[in-house]
Amino acid sequence: MAQVTLRKVVKKYDEVLAVRGIDLDIADKEFIVLVGPSGCGKSTTLRMIAGLEEISGGDIAIGGDVVNDVPPKDRDIAMVFQNYALYPHMNVYENMSFGLKLKKTPKDVIDQRVKQAAQILDITELLDRKPKQLSGGQRQRVAMGRAIVRDPKVFLFDEPLSNLDAKLRVQMRTEIKKVHQKVRTTTVYVTHDQVEAMTLADRVVVMNGGLIEQVGSPNDLYHSPATKFVAGFIGSPAMNFITCQLEQTAGALRVRLNDTLSFPVPADRTARYTAHVGKPSLMLGLRPEHITETKPHTESNQHDFDMVIDVVEPMGMETLVYFTVNGREVCGRVNPNAGAEAARSMKLRADLSNMHLIDDSTGKVL
Amino acid sequence: MADASIANGAPSRPRYGSMSRDRAWALRWSYFFLVLFAIFFLMPPVYMLITSLKTSAEISAATNPWWISNPTLQNYIDLLSQNQFLVFFRNSAIVSICVVILTMMISVIAAFALARMKFWGSATLATGVFLTYLIPETLLFIPLFKMFAWVNETFGVQLMNHWWTMIILYPTLTVPFATWIMIGYFASIPKELDEAALIDGATWMQTLTKIFIPVALPGIIAATIFTFTVAWAQFLYPLAFTTSTSELVLPVGIITTLIKGDVFNWGQIMTGALLGAAPPLIIYAFLMDYYIAGLTAGATKG
Repeated sequence: MAQVTLRKVVKKYDEVLAVRGIDLDIADKEFIVLVGPSGCGKSTTLRMIAGLEEISGGDIAIGGDVVNDVPPKDRDIAMVFQNYALYPHMNVYENMSFGLKLKKTPKDVIDQRVKQAAQILDITELLDRKPKQLSGGQRQRVAMGRAIVRDPKVFLFDEPLSNLDAKLRVQMRTEIKKVHQKVRTTTVYVTHDQVEAMTLADRVVVMNGGLIEQVGSPNDLYHSPATKFVAGFIGSPAMNFITCQLEQTAGALRVRLNDTLSFPVPADRTARYTAHVGKPSLMLGLRPEHITETKPHTESNQHDFDMVIDVVEPMGMETLVYFTVNGREVCGRVNPNAGAEAARSMKLRADLSNMHLIDDSTGKVL
Repeated sequence: MADASIANGAPSRPRYGSMSRDRAWALRWSYFFLVLFAIFFLMPPVYMLITSLKTSAEISAATNPWWISNPTLQNYIDLLSQNQFLVFFRNSAIVSICVVILTMMISVIAAFALARMKFWGSATLATGVFLTYLIPETLLFIPLFKMFAWVNETFGVQLMNHWWTMIILYPTLTVPFATWIMIGYFASIPKELDEAALIDGATWMQTLTKIFIPVALPGIIAATIFTFTVAWAQFLYPLAFTTSTSELVLPVGIITTLIKGDVFNWGQIMTGALLGAAPPLIIYAFLMDYYIAGLTAGATKG
């Protein structure tokens, strides 16, 4: 039983509010990822859970006990740092056993636990090496081993993959997921990389400006973002935002982008959007994969339009096309064989069944 | 593509050649100046060695100063058979070793506190430590006379004219600098390392002894060498505060006992100075290997 609960947690540095009162319930065995741009308070939140930062207000509970004033070592947590923070003068075995040794754990228990953790992480043959003899990925594994050995209530990861190169990062990401499936310890993981967040998390917590924007499963966040920030942050390339107006014509709604371009709103959304007709600060949110080349048959809510392409970026399995609407760059993802060419007009298709309507004045998705 | 890159590479080859010519010239110049400096700085010790192997008669005779006609070890025999020279040596050794131990014990702990424990006024204190180092000892020895007199009046402890007083005095010079070196070293250790230790359950003292001291070993050795050199070579304080022959340390002992009025016993002075310079040299030579090994071992920050 190791759920983590945050209640109105606040962190103030002098007069600057880094975390502005967040509430979060993390269930036992859950893998939670805190994600957001730098300075959003995600690392501070993690460090407060670890006990490395004092909290300025609110309560943090681990396994039901409030730990506000409990020192880190008594919180029964383990942390993996971005720069690994391995003790450079100790070999891998000593690094992993250091915490247990300080707790005066019997030698045979230490030995058994270290070997078991080494096996899980596949670093058994590295136990005699010093950190400087290891590659980045191996060091990261040792850092995780040091955490696993202690069999804590909660694992805390602070951007553990940021120091690795792109290929290794993907590999270690899978590794971390595998380890979590094996040891099933409650995990709080901080990253600025939304792909990491999406792939690892049971639930993602998107933070911005010291506040939680939205908590939800990766799919929830992707398909039903609550705010413009979440809509723009999750997904790569990012969601397109185009200024628009909502018009009512004969019982049906239309989003009008400009004089020449407008699309009918899907019928099932009419009721939801009617109240916003005529609002001045509306935006249409549409992900790049919902702007494609035309196909032989049209499904409902798909609408074709012509557009002059500014830039074409072939990615191999798809091609990104950029064009301008209302002075904003809009990205679409088309088939590489669709014949997209810069400065040429192209027939594109927008899938409005996945549209989002955003009130730009409040930042809320309607 | 491959052809193009080879074609591009060909004309650039002479340029690499000219770069290595530049490098060769740079090397020649550096060797020239290094040899020049080496000769310049080795001249005095070589002159000392030569003079120490001459008889007094030969030193005062107007012969070639760089040549020994009648080499003799008499100066060494005379000096080492004098009991007082051995006393100076012993005094210097005990003082230096005690000062090194005392200095390192204070400065490592002080530096750890100043570098890592953010307490009220820690930054001001760290600057204060450095400012202390900037005050020259020539300014301090008169106030120290007054303090010694006060200690004598109040507690009845005579601090004047004792070699062991130096053990209390020298740290006023060595502690600030050693602390300053150690603050720099400790500050270069990533913060995450003590946070990891904190989570692992280490107390501050355990973090210091099990993590910081081993990781900062090169810095500790550097500070130790520095402290030993200062303590061994310190001249002004023992000159001012000790007078009896039995209480003198080596540098002052050589000067005060081997210069009688205007009679300079050059052969023995040079011998004593050479023998006195030997311990720091040996320590440098021995620790330098270790120092470099320590540097490479500690360089990787996990």
